[in-house]
Amino acid sequence: MSVAFDAVLCLLVVLAAIRVVATTDLRAAVGGFLAYGMLLALVWVRLESVDIALTEVAVGSGLTTIVILRAISRMPVAASSSSGSSPTRSARVAVGLTCAVVTLGLSGVLLALPDPAPSIAPYVAQNMPATALGNPIAGVLMVFRAMDTVLETVVVLLALIGVWAMVPQHRLAEVPGPLAPGRAPEPVVFLARALVPFGLLFGAYQMWAGADVPGGKFQGAAVLASMGLLLMMAGVVTAPAATNVRLRALLLVGPILFLAVGVAGWPLAGAFLGYPAGLEKPVIIAVEVASTISIALALVMLVLGPPAGSASS
Amino acid sequence: MIGSTFFALAGAGLVGLGLYGVIMRENALHRILAFNILGGGIFLVFGFAARRGAGAGFAADPVPQALVITGVVVAFSATALATAIVVRLAAAQVEERDAAPHAKDDG
Repeated sequence: MSVAFDAVLCLLVVLAAIRVVATTDLRAAVGGFLAYGMLLALVWVRLESVDIALTEVAVGSGLTTIVILRAISRMPVAASSSSGSSPTRSARVAVGLTCAVVTLGLSGVLLALPDPAPSIAPYVAQNMPATALGNPIAGVLMVFRAMDTVLETVVVLLALIGVWAMVPQHRLAEVPGPLAPGRAPEPVVFLARALVPFGLLFGAYQMWAGADVPGGKFQGAAVLASMGLLLMMAGVVTAPAATNVRLRALLLVGPILFLAVGVAGWPLAGAFLGYPAGLEKPVIIAVEVASTISIALALVMLVLGPPAGSASS
Repeated sequence: MIGSTFFALAGAGLVGLGLYGVIMRENALHRILAFNILGGGIFLVFGFAARRGAGAGFAADPVPQALVITGVVVAFSATALATAIVVRLAAAQVEERDAAPHAKDDG
């Protein structure tokens, strides 16, 4: 029964991906991508990875779709006309065959993997008690591979700086373009007022509970970011400008606190990113709270895109 | 375990499909979507490796799982940056065309 379910689920994911790739209509592709992301999240649940499913559904599927839709609406009309001729039949066949070879080769490799699969799960299990955390993935993200997580919070920030660099310096003070044209419809305003308190609570809960059950700062930050975007869509709050000092301070607090804890690890615990013994849990919680705030704001500003001012429609 | 083999094959399929889209689609935003599908396939291969590495009381090896979470967030950041660059590029092309209205070119 569950094998049949898995087979059908895989088929649906691949069909959704074919829909995205095969169509030449970009809007249809975005619709297909949203379906693909939702189905992929189900695949992650089936692979016993609820943490990844939560991330995929919120960030990989939801926010990515909004970013692409916003880009479609911001594209200048004159630029949308296609240039050049469509690929010839022989080019399509050649590229198709090449991609089929890649897929078949990768499948062959995956089926021929050594049977007692290599695993470092025992090391994680052995060292988890020292982290004072119950969720092994949180343990990996915050302790064993904390370096990756520090760099990740910095990468998100760098991407945001790159997005902001798309406009000249003197236009940085302008606000990003609106999420929805004109006045928001009443149902959206109602949804923003009714849903956001629960959403904020749920986002905070996900961040807090992530220490022991699936969830965590990225998932919580994505929920908080969605609530912020909903408020802006309804016109309840306005998007801040990139020059807003408070916004910049909050964007920096996560990475700076994480790096400060990392550097303090040298004198206090003998290693970069070592946590002082006995204080692991409070330090990790402090870093997670600060990172959640920074990542949530960075996600919101990444979705809003570069400052557009009042010039763009 | 048989079930997770399907997911590995689906991951390999997504890699091929995404690659096809990245090469064949003309619209840059469409290529970004295809690139995300390619990435999703690679994440699935990781997920398969994690599931195979189940042990020590875990249903899957948590280290590759944590790496995929990091990867999803980084992929989103890269997508947002790439999208912003594509929009800026299109606007620059329009500005260039408007700046030279008398130049009679067939482009």
